[in-house]
Amino acid sequence: MEEITGFIQANLDMIYVVILMGFLGIEVIGRVPSVLHTPLMSGANAIHGVVIIGAIIIMGKAESDNYLALILGFLAVVLGTLNVVGGFVVTDRMLEMFKKKKPKS
Amino acid sequence: MEISILAISYLVASVTFIIGLKMLSHPATARRGNLIAAGGMTLAILATIFLYKDDGRPLGNYGWIFSGIAVGLVLGWIIAKKVKMTAMPELVSFFNGMGGACAALISIVEFDYIYREAASEPDKVFGSLIHTGHYLAIIAGAVIGSVSFIGSMIAWGKLNGKIKDVSFKGQHIINLIVLVLVLASAVATYFAATNSAIIYFFVTVFLALLYGVFFVQPIGGADMPVVISLLNSFTGVAAACGGFLYDNKAMLTGGILVGAAGTLLTILMCRAMNRSLMNVLIGSFGGSASGAGPTHAGGGTVKEITISDAAMVMAYAKKVIVVPGYGLAVAQAQHTCHELEKVLGEKGVEVKYAIHPVAGRMPGHMNVLLAEADVEYDKLLEMEPANEELKTADVALVLGANDVVNPAAKTDPSSPIYGMPVLEVGEAGMVIVNKRSMKPGYAGIENQLFFEPKTSMLFGDAKKVLQELIAQVKEI
Repeated sequence: MEEITGFIQANLDMIYVVILMGFLGIEVIGRVPSVLHTPLMSGANAIHGVVIIGAIIIMGKAESDNYLALILGFLAVVLGTLNVVGGFVVTDRMLEMFKKKKPKS
Repeated sequence: MEISILAISYLVASVTFIIGLKMLSHPATARRGNLIAAGGMTLAILATIFLYKDDGRPLGNYGWIFSGIAVGLVLGWIIAKKVKMTAMPELVSFFNGMGGACAALISIVEFDYIYREAASEPDKVFGSLIHTGHYLAIIAGAVIGSVSFIGSMIAWGKLNGKIKDVSFKGQHIINLIVLVLVLASAVATYFAATNSAIIYFFVTVFLALLYGVFFVQPIGGADMPVVISLLNSFTGVAAACGGFLYDNKAMLTGGILVGAAGTLLTILMCRAMNRSLMNVLIGSFGGSASGAGPTHAGGGTVKEITISDAAMVMAYAKKVIVVPGYGLAVAQAQHTCHELEKVLGEKGVEVKYAIHPVAGRMPGHMNVLLAEADVEYDKLLEMEPANEELKTADVALVLGANDVVNPAAKTDPSSPIYGMPVLEVGEAGMVIVNKRSMKPGYAGIENQLFFEPKTSMLFGDAKKVLQELIAQVKEI
């Protein structure tokens, strides 16, 4: 029991963030038209590419003789960048097509 | 001072993620929203590279970091720009898998660090030597990231036709057992003696990968969008685990935001198909459809129509409603379809498109495709107005769609798709259905529509058929 309260105490601000973001994430896309489901999924996909920050930290703090961290870290940076760049560019390409039609209608 | 600039950068990035997601859910602001989120991401990445301090030391290995980013940037950009619009859904899945793998790799390296720290006391219980919160974040990131990675790769393979659906009896039980083993192994890592903890850890990762395969493998190709959306939210949670590990608010907000939004989006997609998430995951489609009773009843005969007759009918109609489906996407016929619309338009025929929310392989798939072919936005009708228009239409031209026009969804309570809203093409004066064959659609059920007296079939590849139709209409 003490461990649990201790854990909550130590990570209180994190727990707040998790709970609030959970509700916010649901609230923010609550009324999305089905036309936008695919672009929205793709956009969200790009946003979780934020995991690349972790990859950069891993890479940046790796000792020069720690080959495991260097190799896996490098791989993680490449994959994370793929997620971010690919995600945003694909989303933009999808949305570009909607955009062009708007003025005509 | 530098630290606070870093914290502010993360704060700004978090806010751009929220605003970006908000703007992405409205058609008029969507594109700007995407760019805003991308801007925030760039800021967070640059701030991390130059300002992050690990125990007071700035990050090193800049050569590795920048070359990694350069490789990812070039590859990602090329792939994202080169891929055809029809292949978009699987591309989203592919990139999602990359994010999942990234999260899993981070966890593996971090585990290696805490393992080394504890390694000086090989006989003590591993869990007693490490920070429990860190261990939880690491193991959760490793498991969720691995499932997300392998699951996305399989979804990717299924959507581009490289991987077939395979399921066997009792699969759900086995899936459950594997899942329990994953959790057991994760617990065992914690309570094992330190020198064997690393073995348990890699067993956990391996089992998680296995679970990812088993989880996605039995689910039918038509349900992949829902699965991708779900895996998307998984990767979000995996990223948030990284946020916990590094006490990094940008990762935490971005990850949880996507986790929550992704879960809701998954449920919304299921709702558009009038099915529950459980129903999709357990995968009753396809597999058990044979038990769906009298779908063959009244089979009757199928009437074929020739290209020239079809062209004649359409050229003299007042209003034609086109119902596109996955067949159109496979045949890459969206441009040809638009051409037919123009040719018919010149003859004074009013042409509109009826878009079912789940037509194609992803919600909104058809809108994206037709938009690519320059079809005007206001010619695309959503389901309800489309059903109104169909009542006054002379011809409904169904192009490679099947389940979304199946009347059984309204009339046959024993049908697996009963209750799903469908396009009521039967209301139109005449129905012309273009399909490659009589094969059932992804729900694996017969379509009574094809046997109706009003319906005429036009077999063949959508693009070829449309080209011939255009030629014939022009001659009239």
